[in-house]
Amino acid sequence: MSTTNPQSDAPSDEGAPRGLRRWSRRPADGSPAAAARARRRSKHRRRVANVAGLMAALVLTGTLYSALSPAQATEESGATESSAEAAGRELYERSCITCHGENLEGVPTRGPSLIGVGEAAVYFQVHTGRMPLVRQEAQAPDKPAVFSDEEIDQLMAYVQANGGGPTLPSGDLREGDLTEGGELFRLNCASCHNFVGEGGALSSGKRAPSLEDANDLEIYTAMLSGPENMPVFGDNQLTPEEKRAIVNYVQTIKAQADPGGAGIGRIGPVAEGVVIWVVGVAALLFGIFWMGSKA
Amino acid sequence: MARTATAPGVPTTPLGKAALEVDDRLIVAGPLRRTLNKVFPDHWSFLLGEIALYSFVVLLLSGTYLTFFFDASMREVVYEGTYAPLRGAEMSAAYESTLYISFDVRGGLFMRQLHHWAALLFVASIVVHLTRIFFTGAFRRPRETNWLIGVALLVLSFAMGFTGYSMPDDLLSGTGLRIVSAIILAIPVVGTWVHWAVFNGDYVGEFIVGRMYIVHVLIVPAIILALIALHLLILVKQKHTQFPGPGRTEHNVVGNRLFPAFAGKAGGLFFIVFGVCAALGGLVQINPVWLWGPYNPAQVSAASQPDWYVMFLDGSTRLFPAWDINLPGNYTIPALFWPTLVLPGILFTLLALYPMIERKLTRDTASHHLLQRPRDVPVRTSLGMMAVTFYVVLMISGGNDVISEKFDISLNAMTWVGRIGLVILPPIVYVLTYRICLGLQKHDREVLEHGLETGVIRRLPHGEFIEVHQPLGPVDEHGHGELAYGGAPVPKRMNQVGGARRAIRGFFKPIEEPAQVELEQRRDEHGLAAAESRELTTSGRPSDGGRPQEPRD
Repeated sequence: MSTTNPQSDAPSDEGAPRGLRRWSRRPADGSPAAAARARRRSKHRRRVANVAGLMAALVLTGTLYSALSPAQATEESGATESSAEAAGRELYERSCITCHGENLEGVPTRGPSLIGVGEAAVYFQVHTGRMPLVRQEAQAPDKPAVFSDEEIDQLMAYVQANGGGPTLPSGDLREGDLTEGGELFRLNCASCHNFVGEGGALSSGKRAPSLEDANDLEIYTAMLSGPENMPVFGDNQLTPEEKRAIVNYVQTIKAQADPGGAGIGRIGPVAEGVVIWVVGVAALLFGIFWMGSKA
Repeated sequence: MARTATAPGVPTTPLGKAALEVDDRLIVAGPLRRTLNKVFPDHWSFLLGEIALYSFVVLLLSGTYLTFFFDASMREVVYEGTYAPLRGAEMSAAYESTLYISFDVRGGLFMRQLHHWAALLFVASIVVHLTRIFFTGAFRRPRETNWLIGVALLVLSFAMGFTGYSMPDDLLSGTGLRIVSAIILAIPVVGTWVHWAVFNGDYVGEFIVGRMYIVHVLIVPAIILALIALHLLILVKQKHTQFPGPGRTEHNVVGNRLFPAFAGKAGGLFFIVFGVCAALGGLVQINPVWLWGPYNPAQVSAASQPDWYVMFLDGSTRLFPAWDINLPGNYTIPALFWPTLVLPGILFTLLALYPMIERKLTRDTASHHLLQRPRDVPVRTSLGMMAVTFYVVLMISGGNDVISEKFDISLNAMTWVGRIGLVILPPIVYVLTYRICLGLQKHDREVLEHGLETGVIRRLPHGEFIEVHQPLGPVDEHGHGELAYGGAPVPKRMNQVGGARRAIRGFFKPIEEPAQVELEQRRDEHGLAAAESRELTTSGRPSDGGRPQEPRD
């Protein structure tokens, strides 16, 4: 700010103190009052001019900057940005940039690079509510999604446009052989997610989550992108048909009623042990107390 | 028969005549009379062993039904049955027939579930029965033999449980079998040979299910039946123990005769046990093998656990550090050896030998027919609680991955809680139990010496407040009760000595009118209702305040 103080060049050789100057505004003698008015007007003018110049300089700088720097970015990606990508960028810069970096390159100790993860990873992470992350911990918990489906599409478009990667599948994701799906699930997934996708513990607070609330696309994109501790099951490991078979199996088993009665979590002997003690033995102890009281 | 029909006491009814015919040939009237007149003491805790017996009966019945349909073969088949998610899958005939029982046999799934729940209950009731025997000192001379038979039955029930769990050849049971195979291999020196003998070769082979089947349906049940019979015969011969109480001595048994009172009670309990098992079998799904899938050694699932009673061994394996001992000459004692063979070996040996150990330490070799209250033997009670704590920590650790997942606790934290808890908790529980026992003993003595707290506060002429105590019996010149502790429960509330009116009868809901009881009590001069009309005989400081008499002048 090199603007001069408008008051500083007011003549100070007038001699009269400020208080007297006010008194001298009286129309007793015309010339000093007129001079003072003229001085005040020129002071105003200078002030306005200075502010306008500053504004003009700022606007010019801003325009130049906005005209030049994004031009370089679009030159890199080789195409102009679609509106969805632009909207996605805006969302990204608002919610993701802190941990994933301004160019999706990731930030050490905060978040991984998103270059090449593809829209499949974005869909899984954002649709299950894992991203945006609330805090850094052993594993991102799933929670209600923060973004709407439309916003997720925009984010997917943005990430896909900047690095590519696995894309979302299309068509019926349950179009696969049920039995084969079961076999593949037990072979590839059950060791962490349990026989029926009830989930299981991993080390140090990490875990394989339950598939209870997962939809078809989430299961599919999880296999494609390998979130967190899960390995990536690329299309050369599990073909799209096999992935669809697994999705079909998981969703069929989940929807299937328990023919034996209450499912008690479908978790096997731990729940059964709790039931036999808390229900079975407790009921019988009550029974023999009752018989004892009849003595 | 006209001549005998006129003799006195000769039966005239058709049933009586038939009974006479039978007795003429078999001569059973005498022994039968003695048996039916046998007296059983009455206490709810004496029914715990019966729960085990009746759940075994349920096991025999439901298990027999299952054998009609189960095919104990490891022949490979392709499933073409009712359950769609497995149709076309390769599996063993054993697993296929289990699916067949579950989905196609009428009542098959119910029977399977009934059988499995009854099995869990069988072991649970044996364990509860065992703790009752332990904590009341019922194992003492002359009943050491029955204690040993009981421990053998517990071990055999584990064997039954394990073979039954493993036979369906599903992914869960196969995982268990794989672990057992590893445990067998971990036996030093002979492990490999034993494994080859048991599995007829390497794991898994084609024999093991058939072998387990014979063990499960013939060998072990026969031994269990024989031991149960022996257990009961010895019980009848040695007579049942009883808690000390009025009229109960080391030389008598106070209770109900076998027929009709005890038989009615036992029959009722059988149906209650059957009912609980059936309710669980019909309402709560257990071991849904169709969800687990056929066994394939390449597959394993998270949350693979044994049934609850073996879970302590899974827990010990999870807690034990991975310390392999590598000996020269390419010999290894794997870490698995210690938690799965040495530990249960020590535990069951200690359990079996406990009566002898206690006899040795206390030098008490006398015969005992009266039970002890747990509080009166604080060392034994505390040792028992210590053992229970040890077992429970191991059992919880056996399911630590499920607990970790469901309650969002780090699995590593669960493991360390188990490791530290296993070492630290039993001594803490020992000390706590010991103090609780002493506290309860002290309170019993206090009531005997000073009487029951009545809740009546008196103010003495000089302003001091005392609580009036009701002595349980005659008092000496200091106002102290002269009753000795007899090892029996001491009343702790005025209601228990008729201080108030007696309790209204009825377990679930009252079956009599309170007003009638009030009147009855007033008539019989019992309780507070009656006390209104009479002078409180225990008034005044000396006799009922539990304090020495002050000279009055």
